[in-house]
Parts: sequence; structure tokens; C-alpha cells
Amino acid sequence: MSTTTTRPPETARPQTPLIQVAVPPHSIFSELRAMRIVWRRDLIRFFNDRIRMMATLVQPLLFLFVLGSGLQQLSSASTHGVNLKTFIYPGILCISVMFTAMFSAASIVWDREFGFLREMLVAPVRRSSIVIGKCFGGATVACTQGVIMILLAPLVGVPLSLGLVVGIFALQALLAFTITAFGVMIAVRIKQMQAFFGVMQMIVMPMFFISGALVPVANLPGWLTVLNRIDPLTYAVDPMKRLVFNNINISPEARRVLDPGVTWFGWRVPTLVEVGVVLGLGLLMLGVAIWEFSTTE
Amino acid sequence: MAGANGSQPPVAIEVRGLVKDYDEVKAVRGVEFEVATGEVFGFLGPNGAGKTTTINMLCTLVTPTAGSARVAGHDVVKERDDVRRNIGLVFQDPTLDNYLSAVQNLRLHAELYGLQRDVVAPRMQQVLEMVGLWERKDSPVGTFSGGMRRRLEIARGMMHSPRVLFLDEPTIGLDPQTRRSIWSYIAELKEREEITIFMTTHYMDEAEWCDRIAIMDNGEIVALDAPATLKAGVGTDRITIHTEDNDAAIGALKDRFDIDARISEGAVSFGVPGGEEFVPRLFAELGMPITAVHVSRPTLDDVFMSYTGTTIRDAEEDAGKNRNRMMMQMMHGGRR
Repeated sequence: MSTTTTRPPETARPQTPLIQVAVPPHSIFSELRAMRIVWRRDLIRFFNDRIRMMATLVQPLLFLFVLGSGLQQLSSASTHGVNLKTFIYPGILCISVMFTAMFSAASIVWDREFGFLREMLVAPVRRSSIVIGKCFGGATVACTQGVIMILLAPLVGVPLSLGLVVGIFALQALLAFTITAFGVMIAVRIKQMQAFFGVMQMIVMPMFFISGALVPVANLPGWLTVLNRIDPLTYAVDPMKRLVFNNINISPEARRVLDPGVTWFGWRVPTLVEVGVVLGLGLLMLGVAIWEFSTTE
Repeated sequence: MAGANGSQPPVAIEVRGLVKDYDEVKAVRGVEFEVATGEVFGFLGPNGAGKTTTINMLCTLVTPTAGSARVAGHDVVKERDDVRRNIGLVFQDPTLDNYLSAVQNLRLHAELYGLQRDVVAPRMQQVLEMVGLWERKDSPVGTFSGGMRRRLEIARGMMHSPRVLFLDEPTIGLDPQTRRSIWSYIAELKEREEITIFMTTHYMDEAEWCDRIAIMDNGEIVALDAPATLKAGVGTDRITIHTEDNDAAIGALKDRFDIDARISEGAVSFGVPGGEEFVPRLFAELGMPITAVHVSRPTLDDVFMSYTGTTIRDAEEDAGKNRNRMMMQMMHGGRR
């Protein structure tokens, strides 16, 4: 029972002059500052968390070197002399970015569970600034991871060149942005971490397998072709393949089989359109995420 | 310091007929009150009385179903950003980033609120010194104790010199000593900065600190005044007796003195005017043995009881099952 009333002790602290702070009215500048700090927080947290950095690298490396080396024995006949690791390398570049970006988006769920989200929600800034900061944060983190994957190119028989590195990096940045927007769009609606990972398993793994990251997308069974064409990841994996195969010497025959390109009703979709699809989807999902996030209880 | 905020309106918070319904649950049923600038105003009531929902509406996190509220001169629905610029918040549940240091948390806050860069560092030092955390400024918040975290949240809530500081159960879950220290920080804060403090609590002894308190029960304000006035209004002293047979004692009190007593926390409790003079009569006329007797001046507990017919602890126990359910919901983010 604590019914006794105790007055706080008299304060005898030396009094420095009070620093009065004013919160300026809303402006584009203040929104940009808010975006930047949300972005920076993601980076600070990522670079403080070595284990997470390692963990997100393990999966793509596993696919590339374990699966790639293992299946090589079965597939050498059908890859026309191209090493399987080289063939799946562009796909792995995409999925490494995808996993990291999804993980970054998950931090919104995490922040909600641990309360920090409220600190951001009551700040005098637009919700859109928080979502945009978050998307760029996730994209930056994923790109950092992506750079490590790019540097592995020589190990799978792809020589490094400036054009290749810049091209891959740009494609990865675009994909990272789109996937983070996608992840944030989902994360805003989900209140628990387990549920988020459940949804991720349900969506991300199929997206990955269907995208053609590990297989050529020509001559697939009809149903799989349809799924492949509506999988957004397809439109990032295909240009990535072209970019990588442009930088290695392989026979035209091998090229035809391994990099057939994506077709819509027989029309080969140009790279620029593919990139546009990824960008457009990213912006669309960013819009949805902002809209969802802005609707209060 | 005085005069720095000379332009502040005399009324810091103005609430008119505020209502919040969640599906079938009426969380807040039309509350009305005003808080003067510079006042420490408390919401007292058991968990689930609607205190947090009211705070959430005042700080623009929840949209009211009906009614209106103005905080620091701005409407909480139409001028949300203006309200947010002028309020500081300390929530019931922690909202710090445990992976960042104390300074990083404050800096993040300063950036979100767009504070002028040149005052951020000195202001940060000032608020951290105020809550006695300056020495730990670079430690990750994850290494802080519960009391330190709450102090850091208060410092963060003060970072941008808000006009109104909302404290939702600022001492919940802390040990008595830490609770005292939190109160001394709040008292110092009140002395140093020209600020209005709006707080909720379900600790009776803490409500005594407020200039005025509103007693809330079941989504409504049942009484609102200065603690001393509320206590004087009860008009009776509280007598608590321990007997061998409480039910018989209640019957005897009714028969001989026409007093309605009730059992509270294992003892028979009732209110009478002039309690000390009544005790000799009680022993003489009750006609059954009394093992212990306690007379007390009215407390806020009695105020609460006189308005709601139950003690706040009993109300909490009744609400215990509800509370567990609500905590589960809170953990899942569906906060009310």
C-alpha cells in the first residue's frame, strides 16, 4: 500500500538559462529533413547490426555456390557450356536485393511492435515523408548488400567492368526501391512480426521461383508462363540477365537458350519497358503505402 | 523566463463533448473540461476508464467520433500539425529506439520536428541534465533501466519546448523510489519551463500532485476539481474496522447506526462525519467484537468511492479480465 504522499525534494540544481526552442511551421525543407532522418536511422541500425548484415548475405551465397555448383553436374549439357553459376548469377543479384529490401520494410512492423512508430506518427510531419524515408532507407541498405554481390562477379566467370558495375547497381537500386515500397505497403497493414514473415514466405518465395531467376523463361509450361509474366520480379531479372550476358563470351546458341527475353503475346518486351514496369510498380506501391499509412484510426 | 511565452492563450486545452466509439465499445462518452495555461491537470481513474483514448484524441492520434477539442489554441482535427508542433508526449508504453543511444534518439526527434540546428546540441544537454542522464548520453537505450527510459522519454518530450506536455501514466510499472524521482523531475520541469502538464494516472497519491483532477470512470468525468476541494466535498471520515464476522458487522452497522458499510480489501469500511468522535460510540453500541479500527481523513480514494461506489483497486480488479484482453490488443497494436 502506498498511500503516503511524498513531496519531491527541493531542487537545488544550478539554473542555466533556459534554452527555448521553436518548432518551425511545416515546409518542404522540414519534410526533407524528416525523410533524411528516417533514412539515416535505417542506415545507422543496419551498420550497427553486423549479424543482420551477415545473415542477409548467406541466402544468396547459398543459392549461388551451393545450389549452383550442385546442379551444375546435371545441367552442363543444356547450358551450352555456360557454367550454371554464371547463368544464375543475374537472378541471384536480384534476389539478394529482394531479401534485404523486404527485411528493411519489416522494420515498420518491428517499430510498431516496440512502440517507436508512435514517436514518428505524432511528429508534425507528413506520413508520406516517413514512408518515403523508409523506402529510400531500405533501398540504400539493399544496395549496400548488392555491391558485395557485384564484387563476386569474377568468381562466377563474369569479368568486372565499369559499365557492368554501374548498370547492375542502377538496376539493383531500382529493384530495391520497388521491393521496399512493396514491403512497406504490406507492413503498414500488419501488426505482428510473425504474421509479416508468414506473408513474406507466401509472396516472396513464389515471386522468386516464378521470376526466372534460376531458369530460362522461354518454353515454360503455359500456366507457368502466365504466372511468370505477371510476376514483377521477372522484369528486373530479365534486364539483369541481358546486362550480365552482354559482358561475357558465350555462343549465340547458348545466348538464345539462356537469355530468350520476356515476350508479351509474341512481342519481345524491350529492356526500357521492363525497367519502366519495375519503376511504375514501385511508384504505384509507394503511393498505396502512403495512402494506407495516412489513414488514421 | 517568465514572459517568454507571453502570447500563450489563457486556456491550454479546451474540450467540448468529446466522444469516441470503437465498434460496440463506447470508450469516451462526451467529456468536457478546460485546462488553464500553466496548470498540472490530472485524469484519474481505473484502467479502461477512457483516459488513454482521451489523450490520444487530444494529441491527434485518434480522430474523435463526435465533439471538439482545442490544444494550445488549435483544433485537434482541423489543425493537426499545429497541435503536434506544440505538444510533447510521453506514452504509457516505451517509444524509444533501443538500438540507438540517448543522444541519437533525441537528435532523431529534433530532426523530425525540424528544430533549428544551432540550438539542438545545447537544448539536448539541457533536457538530459534535467533528467540526470547527461553522463549516459552515448549509451544505447537498450541498456537503460525502466526508470531511465521513462526519464529519457520525458526529456525527449521536452526537446522542442512544447506548450503542453502529455504524460500518459508516467510512472506506471516503476518502483516507488523511481516514481518519486520521476515526480521530482516533473516538479522541476514545471518550475523551470512555462508549460501546461496533462497527465493520467491510476495512482491516488500521484493525483494529489495535480492542481486539478478529473475523476474518470466508464468513459465519463464524474468529478472535477482541486484535490483538496474534492476531498472536502466528501464531508465524512473513513472508518475501517476488522471483525470476526464482516457480514454480521455490516448488518449491525445498518441496524444500530443506519450506516451502509461495504467490504473493501477484506475489511468493513464506511464513512461518517466526525469519525474520531464516532469511534467510542461504535465500540459501545455495535454489540460485537472489533479487532482493529482505523480512522482516516478523506483521501482521493474516498472521493473516487463516493462518486463511483467502488474503490479504484476494486474497479481495477473487476476490470482485470478486460485489462488483460486490452493489453493483448495493445501488444497487437490495436490500441484504444
